[in-house]
Amino acid sequence: MSPMKQHRMSGAEIVLKALVDQGVEVVFGYPGGAVLPLYDELFKQNHIRHVLTRHEQAAVHAAEGYARSTGKVGVVLVTSGPGATNAVTGLLDALLDSVPLVCLSGQVPTQLIGTDAFQEADTTGITRPCTKHNYLVKDVENLAGVIHEAFHVARTGRPGPVVVDLPKNVQVAEGAYIQAHEVKHKSYRPPVKGDAAAIERAVEMIAAAKKPVFYCGGGVVNSGPEACAKLTELVRVTGYPITLTLQGLGAYPGSDKQFLGMLGMHGTYEANLAMHGCDVMVAIGARFDDRVTGNVKGFAPGAKIIHVDVDAASINKNVRVDLPIVGDAGSVIDDMLAVWKGKGLSPDAEALGQWWRQIETWRARKCLAYAASDTVIKPQFAIERLYAATKDRDTYITTEVGQHQMWAAQHYRFEAPYHWMTSGGLGTMGYGFPSAVGVQVAHPDSLVVDISGDASFMMNMQELATVVQYGLAVKIFILNNGFMGMVRQWQELLHGSRYSQSVNEAQPDIVKLAAAFGMTGLRVDKPADLDATIARMIETPGPVLVDVHVDPAENCFPMIPSGAAHDNMLLGELVGGHGPKVTAAGKGLV
Amino acid sequence: MTQNETIETHTVAVLVDNEAGVLGRVIGLFSGRGYNIESLTVSEVDHHECLSRINIVTTGTPMVIEQIKAQLGRLVPVHKVRDLTSEGPSVQRELALVKVVSTGDRRVESLRIADIFRARVVDSTNESFVFEIVGKTGKLDAFIRLMEPLGLTDVSRTGVAAIARGADSL
Repeated sequence: MSPMKQHRMSGAEIVLKALVDQGVEVVFGYPGGAVLPLYDELFKQNHIRHVLTRHEQAAVHAAEGYARSTGKVGVVLVTSGPGATNAVTGLLDALLDSVPLVCLSGQVPTQLIGTDAFQEADTTGITRPCTKHNYLVKDVENLAGVIHEAFHVARTGRPGPVVVDLPKNVQVAEGAYIQAHEVKHKSYRPPVKGDAAAIERAVEMIAAAKKPVFYCGGGVVNSGPEACAKLTELVRVTGYPITLTLQGLGAYPGSDKQFLGMLGMHGTYEANLAMHGCDVMVAIGARFDDRVTGNVKGFAPGAKIIHVDVDAASINKNVRVDLPIVGDAGSVIDDMLAVWKGKGLSPDAEALGQWWRQIETWRARKCLAYAASDTVIKPQFAIERLYAATKDRDTYITTEVGQHQMWAAQHYRFEAPYHWMTSGGLGTMGYGFPSAVGVQVAHPDSLVVDISGDASFMMNMQELATVVQYGLAVKIFILNNGFMGMVRQWQELLHGSRYSQSVNEAQPDIVKLAAAFGMTGLRVDKPADLDATIARMIETPGPVLVDVHVDPAENCFPMIPSGAAHDNMLLGELVGGHGPKVTAAGKGLV
Repeated sequence: MTQNETIETHTVAVLVDNEAGVLGRVIGLFSGRGYNIESLTVSEVDHHECLSRINIVTTGTPMVIEQIKAQLGRLVPVHKVRDLTSEGPSVQRELALVKVVSTGDRRVESLRIADIFRARVVDSTNESFVFEIVGKTGKLDAFIRLMEPLGLTDVSRTGVAAIARGADSL
């Protein structure tokens, strides 16, 4: 095909056409000088909707919420310089939590690159360690191919964010368009199928286990709802216990009796002790993060570990495993089920019965119990009541970062994937509200609740204008304790309760704040009024800001303190009081 | 779960697309994750396919070495990663240009040692030599050490180029 015969179009037109061909329905962004040709092209078409956030960081989190609640690639559009640097936190958040994004950034014209031009930043340099991959497109003839490739890289293998930096002169230059199927990458080949022999050995190990545990994470969710259904089938045919990571919640039904709850630093007593005491650990799509393992020296001392992950670099990174399998979680689980059924395997019923009896004694500690109160709202109680009021609806939950996030993970139960959006790896305060914006855009008729904290909310509260502008019915449920609660909890544990800068003074009047933005605001401070307030929040059309005044002194337990292993948990006072002291070495850990 | 904590030195060859920023990705990976680079060489090796080869000499525990290879392997423009140390024998060569400024006995002695090491004189004035020496890293280290008391002023080393012995190709 001679280039002369092809239809020529501007770079901006090429970008829009490529987005449409990639199935993009919505873009989250913020305009600026270096992306004006792209915004003009957006203006002229009706296929793609643009949602204007009030900060580029929020645009990225919104795209994350969109992506994680749909399984599609989230798309962001920001300008050069400060637009791109504001996006960096969101990009790293997406990288650590494996969220597929394509972020288009404007750049100064190619002839000005390197001259410290107005709003110039070395965007590919800055975002290189914050993205799965990035591109600077200097020639309009490469543009269509790069956009298609960016989507392919973002969504396949271990998903992640991809930046495409677009100099302004490339946006206006004329070039040829090519279709996605014409693009073949020279080196990028993400694995899918796991090694058959390894899978067979894994299944034999699983069948022979006496004290097994499944430990699964966000990789299963990323593999899709079908992979989650297959995981559920595998766990049920074996009858084995399963624990999920923070990102894995929803991959297996949260109210099922084989589910031990979340594991890790604020995981349940039964999940962590099952991990510590197991003889065979089946890790699928989980990355042995330090928040999960605690002290790796004391991690699962008697376990043979099978690790399934699509990212070879996640295997043997923090913990040495016995049987690595590189492959997509869904594909490998499928193959495991086929081997299990093909060989007519069954678990060691006697050993399993004994193991479950042991687990039930741990479960009987009721580690999530807390002292109920009829005078002050306990934050755990607030989550429980929110769960009771929303569990029979199509509800999506996002969170910020801190105590409220851990209480949400502990006390809200997720039955299906794609319904839980939280910042795990990067721990980004201010993630939840803009993320909820993206979730609500993707699911306009569903109930979307951002479980928030009073400190986190302030980090991206400018998005109130966004939800009002688009009539997005996001419910922001603030557990207001007047502190940066998790910071305060650590200061109590490690620094003699010296609350250095963790007290939230000069808090805004949340109800008036809502009114100022033209939306509904509610306040509740008595346990007796909580249910009615939650009901009003749900019934009120449009966005609602809810200020839930909770017990300011409450802390989040169980907790594995820094430097300790899974069998060394701090428990709440109601559950038998306190465990280990933090060691001097632990004090230096995060 | 016993972990072998001995520190090993490995030479890793990486075939990459010769595109802007690719070396930055590799170097950034090492600095960002706290891995060591003892030596690094990079040059285009296939102009038609636009491929460059990066040779990296690195140190770490076996678990860290495996991690380095896995991390390199998941960079998008990386085609192949080979551990030349663990995957059979390899040839490793480095070139150094060594400037020695001296007169009299020290000048004569430097020339004599250069002869022993089969270093070539590639530049000469009345008071200086520039020697070119090719060999394994250890040989270059030894030569440079011997030149130190003889008026050594400048050293320029290429870093290690390495290739597997035998018929196998990258």
